This record gives sequence, C-alpha cells and structure tokens, in this order.
Amino acid sequence: MREYSMVDHYPVSARDFATAGDASASIKRKLKQLGVDSAILRRIAVASYEVELNLMIHSVGGTLTMMMSPDEILLVSSDAGPGIPDIEKALQEGFSTADEEARNLGFGAGMGLPNMRRNADEFSIQSALGRGTEIRMRFRLQ
Amino acid sequence: MTIAGIVDILDARVLCGSENLGQEVTTACGSDLMSDVLAFVKDKTILITGLTNVHVIRTAEMLDIHCIVFARGKIPGEDVLSEARELGIAVLSTCHTTYTTCGLLYQAGIRGNNDCVPQARPAAKAE
Ligand SMILES: Nc1ncnc2c1ncn2[C@@H]1O[C@H](COP(=O)(O)OP(=O)(O)OP(=O)(O)O)[C@@H](O)[C@H]1O
Ligand SMILES: [Mg+2]
Repeated sequence: MREYSMVDHYPVSARDFATAGDASASIKRKLKQLGVDSAILRRIAVASYEVELNLMIHSVGGTLTMMMSPDEILLVSSDAGPGIPDIEKALQEGFSTADEEARNLGFGAGMGLPNMRRNADEFSIQSALGRGTEIRMRFRLQ
Repeated sequence: MTIAGIVDILDARVLCGSENLGQEVTTACGSDLMSDVLAFVKDKTILITGLTNVHVIRTAEMLDIHCIVFARGKIPGEDVLSEARELGIAVLSTCHTTYTTCGLLYQAGIRGNNDCVPQARPAAKAE
C-alpha cells in the first residue's frame, strides 16, 4: 500500500447547484499552496470539478476524497446510487442523461467522463445499479 | 493584447477586476457549455459566454481563466461578481452578441485554442 500523507474527504450533496464545485475549489487551493505544478494542477482541478458535478447532478449524493503522497494525487468519487446502467455508453462523448436544470446551467454535454479520462494518468470506473458508482483517478506529480 | 485592449475593442463595461486590465490575453474561447470549456481550454485564455450563473466563475477558477466576457449586455448577479472579485478574475460585459464578440476579437488577432477530434457518430437508437 502506498503511504498517503494527506487524506481529505468532501461530502457532496445531491442537487445542490449552489455549493457544487466548492470541494474542487478547496482541493485546488490546497494543492496550489503545496506547490503542485500548475499544468498538473489544472488537470486535477478539471477532473475533480467534473466528477464533483456528476455526484451533485446524477447521484443521490456521495463523497469526493483526495489523497496525496510525495509522487501522486489520487481522487476517488464514491456515491450510493443510482449506478450507471451502461458504462461503455456513459463514457462516450455526447452521452448524457442530465435534466433541464443542469442543462440550463451549462452542463449536460456528455463531456465529463471523457474529460476525466483524458486528464487523469489512470482512470477507472466501477458501478452497480442500485448500489452506486466509484471513480478513481490517479495523477503523477513528476 | 491586454484585457484593457479587449475592453476597447468590445466597447465593454468592466464589472470587476479593473486592477487586472494590464494582463496579457492571447487566446479566447466562446461557449455556453461549461463541460466543453473544461474539455478544450488548454492555456490561459479568456472566456466569452452568455451564461451568467456562478458555475461560469467556478469553471474559470478551475482553468485559471483570468477574464470573462458576458455577451449581449448580460450582467451577472452580485453573488457571482463577488466570487469573481475574490478570485481576481476580470469580468466584462459587452452589448455585442457572442458571435460578434468572437469575430471582433478574432479580427484583432486573438485566436482560439483547441485541438478538436471529431466525435464518433452517435449509434442509431434502437426503437
Ligand atoms: N455518479 C454518477 N451516478 C450515476 N450516473 C452517472 C454518474 N456519473 C455519470 N453518470 C451518467 O453518465 C452520463 C455521462 O456523464 P458525463 O459526465 O460524461 O456527462 P454529463 O454529466 O451528462 O454532462 P457534462 O459532464 O458534459 O456536463 C451522465 O449523463 C449520467 O447518466
Ligand atoms: Mg458530467
């Protein structure tokens, strides 16, 4: 097991459009203070924001966890449902089940998951209907 | 070009961040889809949009976007502006449409910044 010097948990509520993004903003500020390279930090911030918004828009609520070791950042999103019926399809650019409210705010392009996958050095997703979804993203620091 | 130059070209109002008007701008991105912005913006850039909710500011924060231009004379609420102010983001409002705003900036030498890869055609829906 890798040793993480820092483990932060951020609860993310379902359908709370006003505060969604706060966790990612905190993560970004913290990592910036710790001196993480700005290009890497931007990739982490984009992936974190996308995954946080998905928790808020699509899940019943969950947790975003950020872990840091000297050579990597690990972001884990986990929620308690409803799960993704067809992961293959959800990963395609343009696939979205976002509702009107999310679309009106500029979301629902179906770009989030592909965007996370592009930005992370390692990306994995597991989902079970009725149980929930877990996404893990690893970012190398050097 | 500087943000001050952009204010000039667009005949824009500066809603906040006037202390940053000297900062350089080289590229721009125009979109109302925040996840497209999150997908395509690569470098320090300005964002032109017709959306005025707080997620525009949060998206800008994630991408280190230092200037936002609201088109068609739109003015965001004070809650949105105060977040921008805290982050040191310059916020402008112009009466031009998004299309015209982008055209004027392009003409002035501001380029886009993307590397678009065409999407696969969507699979036919099974009825
Ligand atoms: N945590 C989750 N729980 C349940 N379904 C999810 C979750 N995350 C994503 N999905 C499903 O996967 C689809 C694709 O997600 P993705 O983030 O790529 O696009 P989007 O959120 O719909 O739009 P965008 O991210 O462009 O604003 C979603 O529309 C939703 O159906
Ligand atoms: Mg999404």
